[in-house]
Amino acid sequence: MARASSSSTSKSKRTPVKKPAAKKPASKPAAAGDDFALRSLQDAFEKDKRYKASKEELLGFYEKMLLIRRFEEKAGQLYGLGLIGGFCHLYIGQEAVAVGLQSALEEGKDSVITGYRDHGHMLAYGIDPKVIMAELTGREAGISRGKGGSMHMFSTEHAFYGGHGIVGAQVPLGAGLAFAHQYNEDGGLCMAYFGDGAANQGQVYETFNMAALWNLPIVFVVENNQYAMGTAVARSSAETEFYRRGTAFRIPGLDVNGMDVLEVHQAAKIAVEHVRGGNGPVLMELNTYRYRGHSMSDPAKYRTREEVQGVREKSDPIELAKAELIKLGVEEDTLKDIDKAIRAAVGEAAEFAETSPEPEPSELYTDVLVGDY
Amino acid sequence: MAIELKMPALSPTMEEGTLAKWLVKEGDTVSAGDVLAEIETDKATMEFESIDEGVVGKILVEEGAENVKVGTVIAVLAAEGEDVSATAPAAPASGTPDEPAEAETAPAVAAAAEKPASRPRVADPEIPAGTNMANLTVREALRDAMAEEMRLDPRVFVMGEEVAEYQGAYKVTQGLLEEFGPKRVIDTPITEYGFAGIGTGAAMGGLRPIVEFMTFNFAMQAIDHIINSAAKTNYMSGGQMRCPVVFRGPNGAASRVAAQHSQNYAPWYASVPGLIVIAPYDSSDAKGLLKAAIRCDDPVIFLENELVYGNSFEVAQLDDHVLPIGKARIVREGTDVTIVSYSIGVKFALEAAETLAAEGIDAEVIDLRTLRPLDTETILESLAKTNRLVVAEEGWPACSIASEVIAVCMEQGFDHLDAPVMRVCNEDVPLPYAANLEKLALIDAPRIVSAAKKVCYKD
Repeated sequence: MARASSSSTSKSKRTPVKKPAAKKPASKPAAAGDDFALRSLQDAFEKDKRYKASKEELLGFYEKMLLIRRFEEKAGQLYGLGLIGGFCHLYIGQEAVAVGLQSALEEGKDSVITGYRDHGHMLAYGIDPKVIMAELTGREAGISRGKGGSMHMFSTEHAFYGGHGIVGAQVPLGAGLAFAHQYNEDGGLCMAYFGDGAANQGQVYETFNMAALWNLPIVFVVENNQYAMGTAVARSSAETEFYRRGTAFRIPGLDVNGMDVLEVHQAAKIAVEHVRGGNGPVLMELNTYRYRGHSMSDPAKYRTREEVQGVREKSDPIELAKAELIKLGVEEDTLKDIDKAIRAAVGEAAEFAETSPEPEPSELYTDVLVGDY
Repeated sequence: MAIELKMPALSPTMEEGTLAKWLVKEGDTVSAGDVLAEIETDKATMEFESIDEGVVGKILVEEGAENVKVGTVIAVLAAEGEDVSATAPAAPASGTPDEPAEAETAPAVAAAAEKPASRPRVADPEIPAGTNMANLTVREALRDAMAEEMRLDPRVFVMGEEVAEYQGAYKVTQGLLEEFGPKRVIDTPITEYGFAGIGTGAAMGGLRPIVEFMTFNFAMQAIDHIINSAAKTNYMSGGQMRCPVVFRGPNGAASRVAAQHSQNYAPWYASVPGLIVIAPYDSSDAKGLLKAAIRCDDPVIFLENELVYGNSFEVAQLDDHVLPIGKARIVREGTDVTIVSYSIGVKFALEAAETLAAEGIDAEVIDLRTLRPLDTETILESLAKTNRLVVAEEGWPACSIASEVIAVCMEQGFDHLDAPVMRVCNEDVPLPYAANLEKLALIDAPRIVSAAKKVCYKD
């Protein structure tokens, strides 16, 4: 068990600063003041919707998005070859969301948690594509030692807390992480992602209530990719404007175009500033689109090919960033070189994932419990 | 470089499929996202998209081909300006997959794995001679355990319904708010699913939460977080994600509260790998094991019993009274028959042992204390001594802790058995409200006496 205990020392041994308990007001918590306005942040956002990125910053966003795209394409291929099993949910089309949002966080200080469509969020946080791909192929070198697979990946080192397979469960777990930030007074916040499908789970609203009541430092992010598996938003949701769903809990909303990385980043900065200022949670809705099926076994009969191709051609986040870069004077050749380098890195990750050994049979019994009883 | 297009696996279970239709022909230029073919799996017809751009060089499997194995090269795609028609491999016989991929992914034979050897036994620490003994109720012992651990470790906090200002629905958290303040003693809304998730997340974030359920009946609303989030994450993360949370509260039948408020969940939780399940009976074990639970790096289910909260027992007045998890206790030594029990069942088992003694039967009583991991060694050693065993459990009989203990005796203690092992459990019905019916449904000492006499062939 030596390995298991050494890998998490930084987290489990963290000792919070000892300070006298902050007195909570006896009756009305801060969030219940009269100053609540659903669109308070949206109004500020609409004054200036796009982040003014430098050429270098935009190149950074572009590279991360392209890495996610190429990684996921490769994962799809490996799935097709039978090297990846089980459920595998690809992030293709949604890249601007994770990249635009997480670039506004302080890596290692702020925590991130998401559902089962999690590869992109890890890549956006700079986690090595090799160990992610090796987890997909179920190898010893995988980030979860081959025991988690596509839906269950974690990196406590990067404060990335999964990777959760039960729709909506990551929302209260994320509030728990935010609770720990507040309790430890470490200045961090939690970004908790969930989909338009998860947004209809009861536990999400239980969490909204407590997060607002306790003023937790959390950014709730609805990645609205328009379909909960095969059910279109309008067929499952009475209120399809997800950013309004915090209204009953006095959580301000932000309605964001999730296909434009600069708009996403700008909105993220506003949300993060609000939360870090001790003003409690924010609910962001990121309107995006997944090009692929819900999972690899989705025949996609609930939407037309024209719809998918239409989004791809008109609103692709990577193409949009590319056009922007060319406008900023980046040469086509530079972009080609970037693509080449990313393809090579992804190819290397796939090679690593295919050739790494499977876990030792003895691994079957490790990590069930931490202690020896 | 030419790209081989292989028959894709389009579902977790697909091994072969029908190449229903080609939507491109040789010489066509394709770009990423274009549909190349339609493939029928066992579940649906799926579109096979191109990931790369290029020119369709050669189609190797004709449309309409059935039982095409996953991995078979079905076409070759040439990159810009490349001619593959000349270099393409000859059309392989339909249904020949790539061998290397198959060989590499062959799963390791699970049977090759050996379970780790059993752990060294840990005894309760000796109580030094001359130690003061105090009479404490179980309720006080639990409160003291929490207070002591909260004084020692600033990461420990308590959350739950009515734990703070109300002083605990059953007064177990009495006085904690005064000593530790609202930051560490937190009243939650009535929202078990939500706060169990928040407690679990806080544990993942490095804190040491004690989550109180007003009763474990309400934890059914939260069981997804207990099992799927708390119990499995360490394993699923390859040992990265700790979840040191304690879920505690009263469990089992109370008094006249009927079916929805009267159930023993011990067998439910004890069946889940990744959880520790503790169900103490007396004050000393309640205190020593709750302290151990709070210090434990694994998620713990700590099952209390409302009917014994007010009972007093001796507790050694030590600076740090901590007991080992996973260790049963022989609460009464005997030679003729073993009665295994836990929680309130121990009370009935001890009463039964007194009655049996008067009739000349010397019963040994074992309090399991921890239900997962189960201390099978203590059970089997006692069985080897008495050769007869009864399990007494305040809970339903089917798929119970009793069933598990009996299975252990059959698998590992068969040669020591002089009689079939018997279980004494509640009746297999939802708990009724009427006083007489409730009494009929629950276990009691006379039923244990009767079962013990039966296995001794003295009835």
